Amino acid sequence: MLRFILGRLAVLIPTFIGVSIIAFSFIRLLPGDPVMLMSGERVMSPERHAQLMADLGLDRPVYIQYFDYLVNLLQGDFGSSIVTKRAVLGDFLQLFPATLELSLCAILLAIFLGVPAGVLAAVKRGTWLDQTIMGSALVGYSMPIFWWGLLLIIFFSGYLGWTPVSGRISLMYFFPQVTGFMLIDSLISGQAGAFKSAVSYLILPTIVLATIPLAVIARQTRSAMLEVLGEDYVRTARSKGLSPFRVIGVHALRNALIPVVTTIGLQVGVLLAGAILTETIFSWPGIGKWMVDSVFKRDYAVVQGGLMLIAAMIMVVNLTVDLLYGLINPRIRH
Amino acid sequence: MAVAEIKTATPPTGLSEFWFYFSRNKGAVIGLVLFVVILFVAIFAGFVAPHSPSIQNREVLLLPPVWAEGGRWSYFLGTDPVGRDILSRLIYGARFSLFIGLVVVSISVVSGVLVGLIAGYFRGRVDMIIMRVMDIILAFPSLLLALVLVAVLGPGLLNAMIAISLVNLPHFVRLTRAAVMAERSKDYVVASKVAGAGTLRLMFLTILPNCLAPLIVQATLAFSAAILDAAALGFLGMGAQPPTPEWGTMLAEAREFIQRAWWVVTFPGLAILVTVLAINLMGDGLRDALDPKLKRS
Repeated sequence: MLRFILGRLAVLIPTFIGVSIIAFSFIRLLPGDPVMLMSGERVMSPERHAQLMADLGLDRPVYIQYFDYLVNLLQGDFGSSIVTKRAVLGDFLQLFPATLELSLCAILLAIFLGVPAGVLAAVKRGTWLDQTIMGSALVGYSMPIFWWGLLLIIFFSGYLGWTPVSGRISLMYFFPQVTGFMLIDSLISGQAGAFKSAVSYLILPTIVLATIPLAVIARQTRSAMLEVLGEDYVRTARSKGLSPFRVIGVHALRNALIPVVTTIGLQVGVLLAGAILTETIFSWPGIGKWMVDSVFKRDYAVVQGGLMLIAAMIMVVNLTVDLLYGLINPRIRH
Repeated sequence: MAVAEIKTATPPTGLSEFWFYFSRNKGAVIGLVLFVVILFVAIFAGFVAPHSPSIQNREVLLLPPVWAEGGRWSYFLGTDPVGRDILSRLIYGARFSLFIGLVVVSISVVSGVLVGLIAGYFRGRVDMIIMRVMDIILAFPSLLLALVLVAVLGPGLLNAMIAISLVNLPHFVRLTRAAVMAERSKDYVVASKVAGAGTLRLMFLTILPNCLAPLIVQATLAFSAAILDAAALGFLGMGAQPPTPEWGTMLAEAREFIQRAWWVVTFPGLAILVTVLAINLMGDGLRDALDPKLKRS
């Protein structure tokens, strides 16, 4: 097992270096140089320009600049915003809980609906139920979620007036952000109605973000389940006279879930890509909206730092999934 | 001398066998029909569309669709805030979406298969470097990477297509590599090698045709994903630029009218959904027909 972990880590290091090279060179690929980007429309004398370049260390050879960048990264310095001058890491840490809360709710919704739906479709294979579930899953899988979000807003916020359109909680409530998770913080604050308000703001974004993972998980569960249901040990379990519920729920599902766990792990990238769109539609103050806004504000220092942080996070999650997979499926280790 | 004639059924040709399995999946046939209709409409947009996609009629701003109160038959799906016919714009938009899908899939299939073939055939250091580069691309959320690439290259349809192709690349590389590695040590390849076939012949004529099935299925998936991604970029303002009648761009323009005029928001998204769904339905059918493991006699 240790060898397996070390092997995975060894692969991670060149990937990390590659990602940092991409994030590093991204700013240098843009037309103009960082000083010109910072000065914007203002005219600058060549002397002042050279002075600023020297101040920022941009007059040195590129490989030295990259080395400095790497050293800064390892010390936790991801640069600072050109617009607000605030540290990128600080902003990221402040906004990340919002994205994490939304993503966790979405993936939980996707698992709790997707796995039973997939099992049901597999057990009732070929019936109208199977066809309905799989048909809906394919529609969900094909869904342009940015449009889906707008439709839900039109119906639930506009027509029925049930849910708010944007933000995380009603402006009526104000309480200290202890954990950064609105659901938990609103409960801790003890203010009447705060938790309910947080839920009402969270519900539509969660549905939108969960749609594609839900469809993927349902489809994957169904096919994994179908494969397992044909196995000998399931027949044995049946012929022993075990109840169908026990055969399906315990004997079949436990083995069918192994590939499903990998699928769930792979959804992290999908969730973050989805978060970009979902947060933009619902003005959800998370890292997805932050990145899009930074791209539009041409705050490339934030884009650079954000890219690096998000990629690093995905790499860590993928590594964790890999290791967990090795743990539950010993065959992978060898 | 009497000759006894024994009638044997002719073995099914590849195509008829394929059609046999494909047509058993009803959804796939529905998807195919839908796709052909969309393709037809896109090609003959000039004849099918009732209006020009760019002409602005100041007298019919935000006209609702024909079945709603105040709708007119001449503007079947209503008009947008500057008086353009939504149906015509959707019809012309089909051209963009299908074109984007086609270009992205062509670029990523050709380059992905080439790179994957090299990695899987030569193995060793080349393979290691290629796979690490693919890992790097996969470390970013696809839409974020595409968004940043377009920001660097400059917003527009062409750059969006390049960005989406690049993001799609690792899937084809990995798939081709895995298939090539599985085929490489099989007897027919060894036999061909012993018979004196050169490296290029082995790679492209001996091995590649036997790896095509999963690639075709992946290509359909990439086709629909490319349409979705391009629409998402358009929606974020980084894809096709207004007044191009691209579906995602139309949605972005319509966003502010979401509370007043539901139809300007509803129809472009519906067009995306139906197109993507049709392609995915076909993809499922192709998988059933091409994957021998799933064939049930």
